[in-house]
Amino acid sequence: MPDPITGSGRPDDPRPAAPGVATTGDRTAAPGDPTALGTGPAGRRHTYRDGARAAAPLAVAVALFGASFGVLARAAGLGAVTPLVFSATTFAGSAQFAALSVLASGGGAATAVAAAVLLNARYGPIGLSVAPVLRGGPLRRFAEAQLVVDESWALSQRHGGFDRHVLLGAGAVLYAAWVTGTAAGAGFGSLVGDPDRLGLDAAFPALFLALLVPQLRSRRTLLAACAGAAIAVALVPATPAGVPIIASCVACLVGARRR
Amino acid sequence: MTAAWAVVACVGVATAALRAAGPVAVGGRRLPAALAGPLSALAPAVLAALVATNTLASGHRLVLDARAAGLAVAAVSVALRAPLLLVVVVAATTAALLRLAGWAA
Repeated sequence: MPDPITGSGRPDDPRPAAPGVATTGDRTAAPGDPTALGTGPAGRRHTYRDGARAAAPLAVAVALFGASFGVLARAAGLGAVTPLVFSATTFAGSAQFAALSVLASGGGAATAVAAAVLLNARYGPIGLSVAPVLRGGPLRRFAEAQLVVDESWALSQRHGGFDRHVLLGAGAVLYAAWVTGTAAGAGFGSLVGDPDRLGLDAAFPALFLALLVPQLRSRRTLLAACAGAAIAVALVPATPAGVPIIASCVACLVGARRR
Repeated sequence: MTAAWAVVACVGVATAALRAAGPVAVGGRRLPAALAGPLSALAPAVLAALVATNTLASGHRLVLDARAAGLAVAAVSVALRAPLLLVVVVAATTAALLRLAGWAA
């Protein structure tokens, strides 16, 4: 498959980045990376369409994941409309599954909300990191920020900053896939069957790994990755879901600040 | 199911607020250097944490199951510079086949 985003993407690319793209920090793109989002030919800037095309392969997995959410929510007695509205407003798979699992096992609404909000707490720092590339007044920035999801955020990383067009183009495609998948699952029931049988639960760590590896170009990012993984794993047995990830976020931000 | 709607409303509002707080507060300005530096280390930390927890966590237990095998095959694919779609597909296929054969949970 040709890389949907053309470009040299060499780490030592001397050309200036496109206007509006933050360029501080570590350079991340490298030749042959599945996610290389280098400067386009002759300095061509990425478009929303480039972002949409980069996200297309992920959209299939996200849609299937959304369908399995719809199926499980329907099976848990939430009907068809509630899971659809949940996906359209929250757009965060892990948090929605966590809330659903609490409700399905007879837990209280407050517990379900706490689990989901903890899982989404990472979007605080993630949102802050993309703040420089969002535009317009508060309302428009609020709306654009809703397209920030792990995958669109990771795909749009470039030279330590973010590409606005890739972020929003990818986010829009993933949003459509997530909501459509949920609708299909909640509406048509168990066409997918048990998503684990298809190995879907193994697809997401693989995806995050593929997005992570191109970033491990310096001691600093390697250290951050090792610390993030170690802290998260250490906290899994002892803390509610979501705490391991946000603890990794906080430890990394504090640690990076001290260095 | 009123409880479910309450959960949807609360989680939806909280998530939207979490996503938008930074962008709305910062406005069109550049991030202060004291924040921009640490934030550039955020991506590897979060992605590595997502890889680790999505592979090893099963509730509060740490387990080695078909997901770990899928991740190992994915790592080889990444090292061989396979495209993203292929990496994801081989990981899922590995896990699915292991489960089909009954060799892993």
